[in-house]
Amino acid sequence: MKSASVRTRREILGASALRPDGGPKVQGSFAFSSDVWADNMLWGATLRSPHPYARIISVDISEALKIIGVESVLTAEDVPGKLTYGLIDADQPVFASGVVRYMGEPVAAVAADHPETCRRALAAIRVEYEVFEPLINPEDSISGSFPAIHPNGNLLRHQRVVCGDKDATGQIVVECEYEIGMQDQAFLGLEAALAIPDQDGLGVEMIVATQWLHEDRKQIALCLGIPENKIRLTLGGVGGAFGAREDISLQVHASLLALRTGRPIKMQYSREESFFGHVHRHPAKIWIRHHASAEGMIIKIEARMVFDGGAYASTSGAVLINAVTHIQGPYRCANAVVDGFAVRTNNPPCGAMRGFGVVQACFAHESQMDKIAIACGLSPVEVRLRNAMRIGDKLITGQPVESVAPVERCIRETDAIPLPPNMTLSPHELSIPGGSGRTADRQHIVRGVGWGVSIKNLMYSETFDDFATARCRLQDGIVTLKFATAEVGQGFVTIAPQIARSVLGVDTVFVDPTDTLIGSAGSTSASRQTWMSGGAVDGACRLVRERLFEHVASQHNIDPLQLEIDDTDIVDTLGDLRISVAQASSGVFFEETFEHHHRPTTDLDANGQGNCHVAFAFVAHRAVVDVDTELGLVKVVQIATAQDVGRALNPLSVLGQIEGGIAQGLGLAVMEEILMVDGIVKNPSFTDYLLPTALDAPDVVAVLVEEPDPQAPLGAKGVGEPPCISVTPAIAAAIRDATSRPITRVPVRPSDICF
Amino acid sequence: MSETEIYSLRVNGKQREVVDSWLGESLLYVLRERLGLPGSKGACEQGECGSCTVVIDGAAVCSCLVLAASAVDADIKTIEGFSDGELTDVQQAFIDEGAVQCGFCTPGLIVAVHHLLENTPQPTEIKVKEALSGNLCRCTGYGRIFAAVTRVIEQRAQQ
Repeated sequence: MKSASVRTRREILGASALRPDGGPKVQGSFAFSSDVWADNMLWGATLRSPHPYARIISVDISEALKIIGVESVLTAEDVPGKLTYGLIDADQPVFASGVVRYMGEPVAAVAADHPETCRRALAAIRVEYEVFEPLINPEDSISGSFPAIHPNGNLLRHQRVVCGDKDATGQIVVECEYEIGMQDQAFLGLEAALAIPDQDGLGVEMIVATQWLHEDRKQIALCLGIPENKIRLTLGGVGGAFGAREDISLQVHASLLALRTGRPIKMQYSREESFFGHVHRHPAKIWIRHHASAEGMIIKIEARMVFDGGAYASTSGAVLINAVTHIQGPYRCANAVVDGFAVRTNNPPCGAMRGFGVVQACFAHESQMDKIAIACGLSPVEVRLRNAMRIGDKLITGQPVESVAPVERCIRETDAIPLPPNMTLSPHELSIPGGSGRTADRQHIVRGVGWGVSIKNLMYSETFDDFATARCRLQDGIVTLKFATAEVGQGFVTIAPQIARSVLGVDTVFVDPTDTLIGSAGSTSASRQTWMSGGAVDGACRLVRERLFEHVASQHNIDPLQLEIDDTDIVDTLGDLRISVAQASSGVFFEETFEHHHRPTTDLDANGQGNCHVAFAFVAHRAVVDVDTELGLVKVVQIATAQDVGRALNPLSVLGQIEGGIAQGLGLAVMEEILMVDGIVKNPSFTDYLLPTALDAPDVVAVLVEEPDPQAPLGAKGVGEPPCISVTPAIAAAIRDATSRPITRVPVRPSDICF
Repeated sequence: MSETEIYSLRVNGKQREVVDSWLGESLLYVLRERLGLPGSKGACEQGECGSCTVVIDGAAVCSCLVLAASAVDADIKTIEGFSDGELTDVQQAFIDEGAVQCGFCTPGLIVAVHHLLENTPQPTEIKVKEALSGNLCRCTGYGRIFAAVTRVIEQRAQQ
């Protein structure tokens, strides 16, 4: 399937070009991974542990195999290659063997002729468990008081950051412990894949919704015990990701079933299974103490941060590093003593979610800024302006912020956005906290205003070279691009043709299918694809442009360095030559591939010192809320924001990221949490896990702060994560402002407001 | 599967026979897996997200909650029945206003917006939000979706 984008108005960089996949998506003809299908296909399904921690005494699959329509039942014994997988540490079993370590851990998989047959087969598998008391308190993992639940131990990572004078003190000392609940990415397009075995039974082709095709392929190949070149992955349509598709979910299971049965296997999770089938945002507890001068200047930060990684490592170590290295926020701080722990428990595994550790840190540091402001008699805006980071300031890791850092401007631009009008005396019932049904009385509704400002790293950290590859072909005035960049909804399919049009002066750009037939693009995460894959597309197009200029120059006997692109023409800057790109490329064929690598980073040493991050983006949020103080209900009225975007390559697309990120941050602030009791998940459904609806959406007023980043290939910073980070503490602060309650935990519950 | 029977459904104006179907199948499953109409999406199985919205006898309904075999006498309209090659004003507005990101919620929203505007041609802002509050979108935060609906309302008012 090829997608073409041909437009009359030139949709180059800086224009709000429209999505090339928009037409199919609004008509329902866009093929998501759950929509693909093959002749002779079977359905696959997974049996999962009902217990957070138990020994498997026996697994009896004989009754399941007797069911008509069941073709295969697989358990741990059937894994031909590596028995475990994982993004950083391969510590998670393909199927549990001997022990289950979280509720929902896969134990077996079946292939059958119908989803209902699968369901009955799963019910017929008899697993006998000896149930153990689960490890659910992260402090027990740190202290070592609970026996190891995994051969790798209960501590996933500890990182200390010490800088400056650890004995420094200030006249103002504020401290508190903050708590962040477990959030789910809750993408709408459930996990789905179609695995098709090769005719010789030695390899597999898979159409899958993922964030990173090449990493998936690597992990699948190891578990299948076959070379990577025997596995071809094609990106199926992806219905959102937000970090939840960075880890393997059903990929290995579907591949194993396909190779075992010799038939195509379609696997698709239900919503309930999805809650167990992917990692979540880490719940965290953060104790933090700020020392500040009487003028509100931060002198020292002390913090202890505990992240519950759940049963398996996933990216917990990297999430933790983001948390400890961002705990100062976008503020100057010379002295710090920070300890961070990511631990293993029998809770569901946690890993990547939009914001990646910085969300948790930001709730703590922003809540503290307001405490400093109150102690010093400053406004929330003034205390932030006084401490705002500038170019040349350093993180507590010693890393300088070298490039664009418009923190002060983000705060001032946000502050300049008008506040919303006051609530009328008789507001529409749907616009008040709690909505319809006579929940809130007008007289109990109090308005509050709160602030949040954040810093977020872009790209991967700690020496990881997450490069991206792209190929550009120019023929007869038409450009065809090829890359393995996962489009998960963020809009790279729009940006990539814009880049080609800008560099090469063409209008018609095709994008080849996204698959593993080209080098890796890295993951669609860490706000990195515009920078990384954008850099790769830009590089490939520039190489092709060089070839084109050489071709034209040789025909006209001039120096190719004199040539440049002007709109859709090639012009001689020193002469009269003007020729259209279409004409110049007629009958010729230029193809170039380019890998974009970001600058190298370093590891952190034992004191947490090192230039571990690539780049940073900044954002400010101001929240206005109405709170029903009697019932503890909250309506977020308006979010004002100014975001450091570097350069808006597609302003409409940037706005979409900002509004969408704000809704997710709002969810974490007031409604979204996976609830657990003794490791048992209590709300794995959209009936019980609440997501923001159209009625919960606040008015968003956004300013794009455009100061092109000279270190970014296109001047553009990643814009995906910043919107969802400081909006959560801004809403919490607004609730504090309205209620005078401490609000030390998100999501804020009615009981945090009323009792 | 056993427990099967042949029945037919009237979908997008055409009578469609459903064969070899297990009687427990939802309308969403039959549309997607048996009738080759995968435009309706499944995302919650509980009628919470609206991704599977279709119109049955004039009512916007979550097809995941309807037993397919119980819809034999109904007139069913799916996302595939809204445009015949040419985009509707609602579909075009969704593209132009940036209301589409991952696009998984989009078919259900297109159906819901058409249904809203057919029954309430000039809805207030709060009415639009209420009508769409049964369609979850995780990407957009709804801002561009409201912009798209507003554009259609204004366009239709001028006609």
